[in-house]
Amino acid sequence: MTLVRPPIAPARLVIRGARVLDPREAIDGAFDLVVVDGRLVELAPAGSAEVPEGAEVVDGEGRHALPAFVDPHVHLRVPGQEHKEDLETGTRAAAAGGFCAVVAMPNTDPVVDSAPILRALRDAAARDARVPVAFTASITKGLRGDELTEMAELRDEGAIAFTDDGRPVVSAGMMRKALQYQRLAGGLLALHEEDPALSGRGAMHEGEVSALLGIAGIPSVSESTMVARDCALAGYEGGRIHLQHLSCLESVQAVAAAKEAGVHVTCEASPHHLCLTEQAVRSLDTRMKMNPPLRTETDRQALIEGLRSGVVDCIATDHAPHARDEKEVPFEQAPMGTTGLETAFAAVHSELVVPGVLDLATVVERMTAGGEPFGIPAPRVRVGEEANLVLVDLAAAWEVGEDGYESRSEHCCFAGRELRGRVLLTVAAGGVAYRERAFAVTAA
Amino acid sequence: MRHLLSIEDLDRAAIERICDRAASFAEVADREIKKVPALRGRTVLNLFYEASTRTRSSFELAAKRLSADVVNFSASGSSVEKGESLKDTVLTLNAHKPDAIVIRAPWAGAAALVAQWTPAAIINAGDGKHEHPTQALLDVHTLRQRLGGLDGLSIWIVGDVLHSRVARSNILAFQKMGARVTVCGPPTLIPRGVEALGCDVRFTLDDLAEADVVYALRMQHERMDQAFVPTLREYANEYQINGRRLHPRQVLMHPGPVNRGVELSGEVVDSPQAVITAQVEAGVVVRMAVLYEVMTAHPPARVDRPEHEKAPA
Repeated sequence: MTLVRPPIAPARLVIRGARVLDPREAIDGAFDLVVVDGRLVELAPAGSAEVPEGAEVVDGEGRHALPAFVDPHVHLRVPGQEHKEDLETGTRAAAAGGFCAVVAMPNTDPVVDSAPILRALRDAAARDARVPVAFTASITKGLRGDELTEMAELRDEGAIAFTDDGRPVVSAGMMRKALQYQRLAGGLLALHEEDPALSGRGAMHEGEVSALLGIAGIPSVSESTMVARDCALAGYEGGRIHLQHLSCLESVQAVAAAKEAGVHVTCEASPHHLCLTEQAVRSLDTRMKMNPPLRTETDRQALIEGLRSGVVDCIATDHAPHARDEKEVPFEQAPMGTTGLETAFAAVHSELVVPGVLDLATVVERMTAGGEPFGIPAPRVRVGEEANLVLVDLAAAWEVGEDGYESRSEHCCFAGRELRGRVLLTVAAGGVAYRERAFAVTAA
Repeated sequence: MRHLLSIEDLDRAAIERICDRAASFAEVADREIKKVPALRGRTVLNLFYEASTRTRSSFELAAKRLSADVVNFSASGSSVEKGESLKDTVLTLNAHKPDAIVIRAPWAGAAALVAQWTPAAIINAGDGKHEHPTQALLDVHTLRQRLGGLDGLSIWIVGDVLHSRVARSNILAFQKMGARVTVCGPPTLIPRGVEALGCDVRFTLDDLAEADVVYALRMQHERMDQAFVPTLREYANEYQINGRRLHPRQVLMHPGPVNRGVELSGEVVDSPQAVITAQVEAGVVVRMAVLYEVMTAHPPARVDRPEHEKAPA
């Protein structure tokens, strides 16, 4: 099993009278959820479930119980960058955001490009993590783009997929070899799409705002041309690819065309690209600096439409924590990345569901689908299955950062915003992984 | 006005007020003792992260003519080379209780960021490729002196707009003063989206005759390495302002230093249409006006030490 399961005490609890919504199971209504020994044992009409001996009773009245979310794209910064984040703080942030599983990226220091590093990392996660974690290994050694890693051995050691995330596989020839080698090693190739010859030293989207600020821009075509290239290569080699953090209209169009042509491609979009645009960069707030950059309203609308139509398969946070002193510098000097785990659902809910742009069921589907391309099934509210649930209060308004963060990093692009929708309780892999501090639990 | 961070923050009235005050300071340079006591006892700190002789000495001269004390910090040979962050440098310099910090740095937004970390007045002397507001103010001042005003003028800014903070500040300032601005240069050196600043864009000098003022930008040699233009010769063929292209009624400006034979031919630099030395002269008086504005808006600096560093009562 590629998902590392930390020791989690199996939950014994009843969530009473919550509005349960699971579009995959076609459930939408008020129920009692009974969890015993980490399994969902009963889904009963609200108020009717018997409380098993010793179980906690959680008041779900007026709240929503959803299948917990899966994030296919997080940076936990271990090994080597524990000043930014570590396995415990990163997965604590995941639990606080309602995630029951995350997929960690290998662009650490050292890069996860050999079996011993991956083994040590998985051992550490089995001790330190709060929710199950799957680890990816790099496609090329040291992310240098010129030599494949020992993918077959890495797969045997538990690599769930391969990615050079943070960097593109620049050479089309190398990309093709990785796709050919996939026939032996298996494993999805997750791709950060960017042509460095076009993005250059860009620090934000190339457009009106970059022209005003005099900051070198990253044009949308630096992403979309690589998206088109890799879809063509994957089609030619019959490979499977997952495109990370799409940011622009042209990329969505390229993926739609590839899917139409039968290419095995999936893709993700991040809450910040779905909720913010280049206008947020005008103040040169370094929290708004990420790669790919925030783009235009047209691009944002294309991503939302992609989410609605299914061209965009899932929502991924690209949770990329950095230390305060690294971000407290002029914009052009700051590293790329924003945190996202703790705000993902609330941001998407506030900006897209509350105004009626997307319905809640679509958002739940896309936030739970992130593991599917990687072979992690989407969590379901189904009797007999391990409990992976999140209880949210959709009406609760909160200001991002008001109580600090579970993440070690405070650099969140939504900081200071008032969002609606608060995670109260997360059950991951059958155990309670997170409980909102002020949230009262009444004993049976 | 507490700080001068960008032209974007100023309205026409503020620009005119600064230029009027600059005009009133002009006679100081003609005195036997070139000083007025307006800022006596105040401290101005020049914090320069980029090599700059002209702008720095212009600020230094301006501060000294107002009787302020001036200290220069440059990036080379200081703690900056030892890896100190911008924030730590500013916190350290705060201990010297400067009343104003003049900062030039290679990063957009650096001046605005520094303003968050110090109680001193901040003057942006160039932040990356973003803005160079005192250059724009001195250019407006020069044109007001020469032509009376900018209303209805057509001003062409010619050259490497992409890498020019002068261009960005001037596009904004000239428009605020009532002029129409056209930017012209090689397509590789015109930033995508620049029309959003309100200017027209041209790629040839064919219609240069419509300009009342021609503002040539410096063509930096290092741009050749990055293949923005094939050769300086080709650039000069297409974009050089020379005697053939410059009409006698047009005024010629340049922020300096000039590459003779590249963006300007020798004969136009020396022509009576060129106001390049007047711009340098305007630099000092405009910077005097800016220093005066921001420092009289601030009470004298008194930086309290952090609680934990205070002696017990």
